[in-house]
Amino acid sequence: MSSYSIQSTNLTKLFGRRLIFKEINFNWSDRGIYGISGPNGSGKSTLVKIVAGLIAPSQGKITHSNSEGEIIPEKLHNHIGFVSPYLILYEEFSAWENLKIFAEIRGVLFNDEHILFYLEQFLLDTRKDDLVKTYSSGMKQRLKFLFALMHSPEVLIFDEPTSNLDEEGKKVVYDIVREEAKTKIVVIASNETKDLELCSEVLLLEKFK
Amino acid sequence: MIAESYSLFKKDFSSELRTRYAINSLAMFIIVAISVILFSIGNETITTSLTGGLFWVVIFFTAMSGLARAFVSEEERGTSLTLQLIASPSTVFSGKLIFNLILVFCMNLVIALLYSALFEKFVVQNFSLFLLTFILGNIGLAVSSTIIAAIIAKAGAKGTLYPVLSFPILLPLILTSVQLTLFSFDGTSFEEAKFELAIVVGYDVIMLTASYMLFDFIWKD
Repeated sequence: MSSYSIQSTNLTKLFGRRLIFKEINFNWSDRGIYGISGPNGSGKSTLVKIVAGLIAPSQGKITHSNSEGEIIPEKLHNHIGFVSPYLILYEEFSAWENLKIFAEIRGVLFNDEHILFYLEQFLLDTRKDDLVKTYSSGMKQRLKFLFALMHSPEVLIFDEPTSNLDEEGKKVVYDIVREEAKTKIVVIASNETKDLELCSEVLLLEKFK
Repeated sequence: MIAESYSLFKKDFSSELRTRYAINSLAMFIIVAISVILFSIGNETITTSLTGGLFWVVIFFTAMSGLARAFVSEEERGTSLTLQLIASPSTVFSGKLIFNLILVFCMNLVIALLYSALFEKFVVQNFSLFLLTFILGNIGLAVSSTIIAAIIAKAGAKGTLYPVLSFPILLPLILTSVQLTLFSFDGTSFEEAKFELAIVVGYDVIMLTASYMLFDFIWKD
């Protein structure tokens, strides 16, 4: 069982003078699926980027901790798996090359069998050697899940996880989310009712204006 | 961190071989710039000091035409976020710096060879001093260009901003490097050139330290 926790203290974000959200407090710990919902422009993507340490909040603090203590921002990327529509992989490389490059840069072991298992699960095994630029938007979305899962992170953050996916793709993603949530913290930012039905707790961003 | 930075460099190198973003623009710029200088000189013989100055002018503008690609290509393709998710800021900066260092050294080696073949006044008397100037100047150029590229990558008018921002930052390095190059043409000893050498070493150390300290803030929005 994971002993990971993400704690938010009075999280506030402004872009210029425009308030996106204010004083968000939560404590997500151990394992489970946590949702973030709200209308378009409510700051779902901004909040997940702050949680992932990609952007800084205007006020407040986000703290990631595991059994060894607080995780420093410099090392946070190795604890997080992230999927979002605005995440773009290197189109001049094949899926296999992309994943190998990511493992090398992260400094983690590239386990062929582990990767092949995920490629099969996401129905990409037959196209693994094709350049990513030849992929459909749904295939690119599925490849992003491999990108998020391949280094076995303790937290998975999915922003609009089922965008561009067909019914078969959505089913694979839901199965993965349920399986991973048994041992990890999974965060889903979405407006899709089916996505949010998976969550044990949902943060409604319109309450933090 | 060194292994991860080297992996990032390898990624950039493979990507460059496939996309030819920087290599083509650098090669074309070198050929065009040197051709224009040769055509404008015609049959005239230019002085040694002018040859040394023009050598660094070509180096400066060639760097401006290609070195920003390290970060601009990531930003334009939208892969900066991907990079943020797989590497720490110091790894990213080190990887990009290695790439730019190798690019600068290759580019300037070609420029130096072309100059020695095409300009009769490009005669080095103190080769050790020239080599040291070349190495220190290239390090300073690569470090400055890399951190400036990171700054301008997030801006709107990247093409204009890069040389504008680079000029005041690179001016002390270029002026001192021109002077040291002229010393190497004159056969001046290391002892007499030590003040200029100290400036270039100081510049490199300050830029490298400041870049690593500032990059975290530049890299994250």
